[in-house]
Amino acid sequence: MANSKQTPTPVASFEVFYSQVLNPQGELVAPLPYFACDTDELIALYKNMVLTRTFDTKAIALQRTGKMGTYASSLGQEAIAAAIGHAMKAEDVLLPVYREYGAMFQRGVAMHELFLYWGGDERGMCYANQPQDFPIAVPIASQVPHAVGIAYAMKLRKEERVAVVVVGDGATSKGDFYEGINLAGAWNLPVVFITINNYWAISLPREAQTAAETICQKGIAGGVPGEQVDGNDVIGARSRISKAIEKARQGGGPSVIEPITYRMFDHTTADDASRYRDPEEVEKHKQLDPVMRMRKYLESINLWNDQDEQQLNDECSAKIDSEVNIYLDTPPQAPESMFDHLYAELPKAYQAQRDELLNQGGKDNG
Amino acid sequence: MAEVTLVEAVNLAMARALADDENVVVFGEDVGANGGVFRATEGLQQKFGDERVMDTPLAETVITGMAIGMAAQGLRPVLEIQFMGFIYSAVDQIINHAARLRNRTRGRITVPMVLRAPFGGGIHAPEHHSESTEAMFAHMPGLRVVIPSSPARAYGLLLAAIRDPDPVIFLEPKRIYRMVKQEVPDDGEALPLDVCFQLRDGDDVTLVSWGAMMHETLQAADQLAQQGISCDVIDVATIKPLDMETILKSVAKTGRCVIVHEAARTCGVGAEIAANLAEHGLLNLFAPVQRVTGYDTIMPYFRLENHYMPSTERIIKAVKKTLEAS
Repeated sequence: MANSKQTPTPVASFEVFYSQVLNPQGELVAPLPYFACDTDELIALYKNMVLTRTFDTKAIALQRTGKMGTYASSLGQEAIAAAIGHAMKAEDVLLPVYREYGAMFQRGVAMHELFLYWGGDERGMCYANQPQDFPIAVPIASQVPHAVGIAYAMKLRKEERVAVVVVGDGATSKGDFYEGINLAGAWNLPVVFITINNYWAISLPREAQTAAETICQKGIAGGVPGEQVDGNDVIGARSRISKAIEKARQGGGPSVIEPITYRMFDHTTADDASRYRDPEEVEKHKQLDPVMRMRKYLESINLWNDQDEQQLNDECSAKIDSEVNIYLDTPPQAPESMFDHLYAELPKAYQAQRDELLNQGGKDNG
Repeated sequence: MAEVTLVEAVNLAMARALADDENVVVFGEDVGANGGVFRATEGLQQKFGDERVMDTPLAETVITGMAIGMAAQGLRPVLEIQFMGFIYSAVDQIINHAARLRNRTRGRITVPMVLRAPFGGGIHAPEHHSESTEAMFAHMPGLRVVIPSSPARAYGLLLAAIRDPDPVIFLEPKRIYRMVKQEVPDDGEALPLDVCFQLRDGDDVTLVSWGAMMHETLQAADQLAQQGISCDVIDVATIKPLDMETILKSVAKTGRCVIVHEAARTCGVGAEIAANLAEHGLLNLFAPVQRVTGYDTIMPYFRLENHYMPSTERIIKAVKKTLEAS
């Protein structure tokens, strides 16, 4: 008995992989994925990123000049959104956070709708050309259970569709995320969780968010495979996200993809990141820029030149100017509209309040 | 026609909805093989299969949030939260999402879901199993909150809730799950939401209640009738939106009102009813409105719960107070 010793033996083990196709210099460091044979697709990914960045610059300018409310910038994260937008099929459902503009454009959301949204108007979530995608999700991680339910409906109806839900690194500390991952794993649902690791959750750095070595291994805890990908490498990200989506579509179950990127702008226009992070860190990450990286690559294979760039910039500016005009020319909703989409039909009990609002300023008021 | 209890009527309504509409799915903790801890879902999984009647992991947030995603895809999810005391981790999903998506998207995405939860005290249950916090949901725009008080109303109101195009919090008074049996034809007929039900006609005082407390309220009305005091008795049934028209009409006739609820008094639904009476019916009142409610205490553990719950005697006393005042 004196020599008896309890000897734990391994009962589970896992590895987490990271991948990259284009390095920060725009050089191939891995074989090109199959989709990249289609050069039009490569150019489309690049154009989506440039359009998003131009949109972003304009949105910040609108906010700074008092023409729009608080805005969340996607600066530095354009590759992930472009990759998601191009990896999904039209019939899939996207549940974004608030930095996936490129994916939303790709799926039919209009720029003026996003300007309207950040301009304080609910109609900015009534996407005229995108019936099913969920709107921007503000409360953090709460969209994960929605994605699980959408995926359940798809599976129940035996449809070959996939729900793609995006969260940030901070959201993976919340219960909604764990509950969603766990259920998707237990029920083998067609859902892909994109946990964008942009290093900052407002002022909290990645190291302080969790002791987990990677964000994606949180999926593994729920039986859902997870992997990292360079989120500033649009080719690599597009490839790994597509693979996860197609696996889910074929009945292979959920995945977690953790694109590694960096939030280049403040959390929102209401934030001042200089209060909590070193500007040198931001400078350092400029070297990893996803847009410049892809441009260098396209130029290196003679798919892109300065003239193309000039033309694209002009096109993007013209497009965005016209969308800004639509936004600025959109009159506010009638005040009583706050009652008109509360329920399918406004209950009788609230009719008097609607009338009260309509009569506001009249002799009946107060 | 068989007589059924309230919980059996809930089961009948779900079975009918599952049979009538392939988009209806029923799920929650222990609702499948076990048939629910109160047997509300008994036999449903056997009859409709485990793809439409599902046992979920133990996770109220995803159970509720998942229903929102399902509803957005055109399903009609009916989920069970095992006890109201466990509903709070799902409140973010209910308030921030279920209640808001239609409004946020200007009608593009809607959430026709039903969240069922047994609630209320009086069954000597463990801690966190006896709360009545319906007012919390009645405060939230975009929701409906429905509480049946008889087998027939449980059947008809639950069918209405499942068919409703908006989210409904359906709270089941578990103390009276098996208290009475009633003939309930399984005819698929829904009852109207958003209206009160008049259970007794009287001239002297209006008694307003809902859920399990209807039982004591009706007892009080019966005892008062023997003393020559006749009561209008109203089952509110849908506490949000509130049908004040019926209550005001009754009070215009009786001039007196006693509101009975098990929930704590402060900011309870009774306060909303009393405020409405003050705003729109004050000149019809002969006496101050009385509230007979649970106290503003933590719901006591079961050795003391009967001291907390409004009793028939307390209701009668309150009625007499309104009669003495004028």
